[in-house]
Amino acid sequence: MTPDHLVALLCPPLHNPRRRRGGNMAPEKSATVPQFLRGAELVKQGAEARVYRTQFLGRPTIVKERFSKRYRHVALDEKLTRRRTVQEVRSILRCRRAGIPAPAVYFVDYTSHCIFLEEILRSSTVRDHIASTQQSASCTVQELDRDQDRELVQEQELEQLAQQVGQILAKMHDEDVIHGDLTTSNMLLRRSPEDRGSDLVLIDFGLSYISALPEDKGVDLYVLEKAFLSTHPHTEALFQKLLKSYSASSKKSSAVLKKLDEVRLRGRKRSMVG
Amino acid sequence: MTVVIGFEGSANKIGIGIIRDGEVLSNPRRTYITPPGQGFMPSDTARHHRAVILTVLKEALEQAGLKPADVDCVAYTKGPGMGAPLVTVALVARTVAQLWGKPLLGVNHCIGHIEMGRLITKANNPTVLYVSGGNTQVIAYSERRYRIFGETIDIAVGNCLDRFARVIKISNDPSPGYNIEQMAKKGSQYMELPYTVKGMDVSFSGILSYIEEAANKMLSSGQCTAEDLCFSLQETVFAMLVEITERAMAHCGSQEVLIVGGVGCNVRLQEMMGVMCDERGAKLFATDERFCIDNGAMIAQAGWEMFRSGQVTELEDSWITQRYRTDEVEVTWRD
Repeated sequence: MTPDHLVALLCPPLHNPRRRRGGNMAPEKSATVPQFLRGAELVKQGAEARVYRTQFLGRPTIVKERFSKRYRHVALDEKLTRRRTVQEVRSILRCRRAGIPAPAVYFVDYTSHCIFLEEILRSSTVRDHIASTQQSASCTVQELDRDQDRELVQEQELEQLAQQVGQILAKMHDEDVIHGDLTTSNMLLRRSPEDRGSDLVLIDFGLSYISALPEDKGVDLYVLEKAFLSTHPHTEALFQKLLKSYSASSKKSSAVLKKLDEVRLRGRKRSMVG
Repeated sequence: MTVVIGFEGSANKIGIGIIRDGEVLSNPRRTYITPPGQGFMPSDTARHHRAVILTVLKEALEQAGLKPADVDCVAYTKGPGMGAPLVTVALVARTVAQLWGKPLLGVNHCIGHIEMGRLITKANNPTVLYVSGGNTQVIAYSERRYRIFGETIDIAVGNCLDRFARVIKISNDPSPGYNIEQMAKKGSQYMELPYTVKGMDVSFSGILSYIEEAANKMLSSGQCTAEDLCFSLQETVFAMLVEITERAMAHCGSQEVLIVGGVGCNVRLQEMMGVMCDERGAKLFATDERFCIDNGAMIAQAGWEMFRSGQVTELEDSWITQRYRTDEVEVTWRD
């Protein structure tokens, strides 16, 4: 996919990336960091990847390094790590081709399981945005109705955001991309340079795959619903707005939403209805 | 001092435990064991429970050295679980509560597991992995609810293990899961199985169908041994569980994990979870079979918390339900 000299340019020969068994955590960690990331700033240690901020050919870049998981069997670990790296890149490209905002892929190194992605500047997660909007709304309640207008504006703003999310997900599903880990932490709000509104960027396609089945799309929405409602209490109405906009934006939404209802009921200990 | 007696019998275990302010005074239990290749049917299980429940009750009181008059509240499992066994246990609990003139309290079984785990391990605010024959959930506490962040979208992990045991006729004594765990220690060859994680949710039905279809073929062709299959199944399903737990921890910013439920006493699962926690600098809390597997004390402990926060269940509300989600219960005893 990418010329070999690029690899040489970027990544001097790797230290053996295989982890030592046992031992202390701290030295082990540094031993497993690929050399080309030694100078990079560690932004986040996620559940399955470390995210670094660095430069790639002069551009601000995020490197996502999938590290091996010592708790799982070596064969299983290698299979999952490789498959997810491939799938992640494939889904991002598919989204971008369809005009869905997602970070550009600069480079992929399959030896160290690193993906070099465009850094989304001037952005914050939808999760933080909703949380801070909710918080400021509840503050204004205490300041009595003086700020009721502001509260209303904020509510409208959140509804608009939910609509935007619904539209983008509809578009993504119409492209048969299943995100696999839809949460409000995996959506970024990018402010436009002149501060005129903001657009939504989908990130972390680490669990994504391609499928046309309404079942898979339904489960994708179910995952989001649960993450959404558990992260942001009292947002049931807001999530309904999101689904409504999803259904309005997608040609194939009715089959997907029907599946979503089915999947909801499938949770075995669901309350009995009727 | 508050003394609560707890009745549990939502599946094939019948247990009665007595708790006095965080101290387990007694916790006797019996298990209904079926022959290899067979699961437990609700009506047979209820019959088993009916036959032993009064003996277990007597044991519980004797071991605790208490008289009925010393008990402050009678807690029982309201659900979720199998209908017939739940009814049996609720009926006895209702009866003794009236005989002794004590208040009743219907307890959510899953909450019982969580509160017992918190009591025994002293975990403060952990991400909870609740894994048993009937449930697979990743739970975290927030705003007066135990919220479910991830769960199985079809069958429970324990159900997957139990049914696999039936396919290759592993003994149900003391439990299929225990025997799979012992056999897995002798397995070495890793056979690839389906691996299904969707966000923070998991699915086990595909793995089960695959292994139901393939197991006997693989065994008869000598491709692998039964021990290899046990090993591979455990490695696969436990990796899925650790993965969703870790993802929930990352999502909630949690640094503690508590494993509860019958599958939670599997040492290999605890070991894998421990490695994950080490890597994140988090802390693992787990209990052994006395408190992981369904027992009466856990219902008493959740009942104790509920009773102390002012809850009681009126006689006419003392029904049972097969479906009762963890997040339906308002947690009145935590901030």
